[in-house]
Amino acid sequence: MDSSIGIQGKDFVILAADGSASQGGFLMYRKDVDKILPMSEKQILATVGSASDREVFSEYIQKNLRLYELENQIHMSTFGLANFIRKELAIALRRAPYQTNLLLGGTDDSEGPALFWIDYLATLQKVKFGAHGYGAFFVLSILDKEWKEDLTEEEALDVLRKCIAEIHTRLALAAPEWTVKVVDSNGIRVVEL
Amino acid sequence: MSRRYDQSTTTFSPEGRLHQVEYAINAINNAGTCVGIMGRDSVILAAEKKQLSILLADPKSSEKMYKIDDHICCVVAGLSSDASLLINEARLTSQRYLYGYQEPMPVESLVQDICDYKQSYTQYGGLRPFGVGFLFAGWDKHNGYQLYQSDPSGNYSGWLAATIGENNPAGKSLLKSDFEENLDTRSCIKLAAKVLSKTMDSTDPSAEKMEFLILSADEETGKVSQRIMPDEELAEILQELQQETATEGDA
Repeated sequence: MDSSIGIQGKDFVILAADGSASQGGFLMYRKDVDKILPMSEKQILATVGSASDREVFSEYIQKNLRLYELENQIHMSTFGLANFIRKELAIALRRAPYQTNLLLGGTDDSEGPALFWIDYLATLQKVKFGAHGYGAFFVLSILDKEWKEDLTEEEALDVLRKCIAEIHTRLALAAPEWTVKVVDSNGIRVVEL
Repeated sequence: MSRRYDQSTTTFSPEGRLHQVEYAINAINNAGTCVGIMGRDSVILAAEKKQLSILLADPKSSEKMYKIDDHICCVVAGLSSDASLLINEARLTSQRYLYGYQEPMPVESLVQDICDYKQSYTQYGGLRPFGVGFLFAGWDKHNGYQLYQSDPSGNYSGWLAATIGENNPAGKSLLKSDFEENLDTRSCIKLAAKVLSKTMDSTDPSAEKMEFLILSADEETGKVSQRIMPDEELAEILQELQQETATEGDA
């Protein structure tokens, strides 16, 4: 099962997701999947879970957000986007649920950085750090200990390295490669750990 | 000649006009005048209260001013029953947005939606257009204070100051000469009252014949307040206005 991690820093959000596309708990189709999609210039969405739902749902959100921007000529705030995502999951939940867990990270000019934890049951919570998947069991306690207010990017990446190292140590079928992206006032960047 | 092409909304005339839509726009020109003025820290909506009969019971709510959401309101000129439908639609649209995004709907987006709704009645279904004109006023964090005018065709545009309804050309010319940007709330109210006095063609503009709504926002918190001016407060401002206009020509 694939994992993702999100950390909010002083003026940025970091999202990390493993690169695995797997089946049946033992078969690895690919190990280099990029699961962090840009939603807008300053918002990224890390989606983990069942492979088809992952792609379909994240692209659905991405395209609908783009349509919104074109129709209304304004940017959607990260909070508004998080609630939009939640509503879509909530509507699908009692029909044909999406088996996807998400982390939404973004910065709004006036509001600063924001990280949202969203699960497949349409739970929504704004958080300072969060994780999905089996990795979350190991990683949350590290984040509880290491996270503090106003982390710099270097500090946050250090914490992230610790988290991923722990997953590699303890998770039996851990994906070797991870994608890491940062979103701040300059936009979206890929980071090599 | 145009009589052949004016029976159906969905037929163009040879000159490329939609006569039913134009007739609907004309229906508004008989309605009580409405004024909208954008100030530095508020938007003012004002309307003439037409007294049709002394036998009419006191209305429990305004016939002209409507709240669409906490941050958007409007004033209506035209067929009240048509207006009710559109206001309801606007309220639903605004709440559906709030439900989904958990933040207030951008003002222009709401106006656009209602106008798209009105436009569909000029193109599909063979139904007549809505005989209502609106002045929408609102505040949102994207574009601050906004004032929009929309008409039965489904067209809308943003204004600094606008009038619709009876005698609106007279009102417009007064606004052209007297309007300035960034007026404070009191000055906006006085200007709106001046416009209404002119369009109502009344030598004795009194507070009972007019209605004023003040929309203003606390930009820090994003909280928007809408207030209908009570008669006494309005009377006091009207009196001040009377004195000013009386002495306007003096050296």
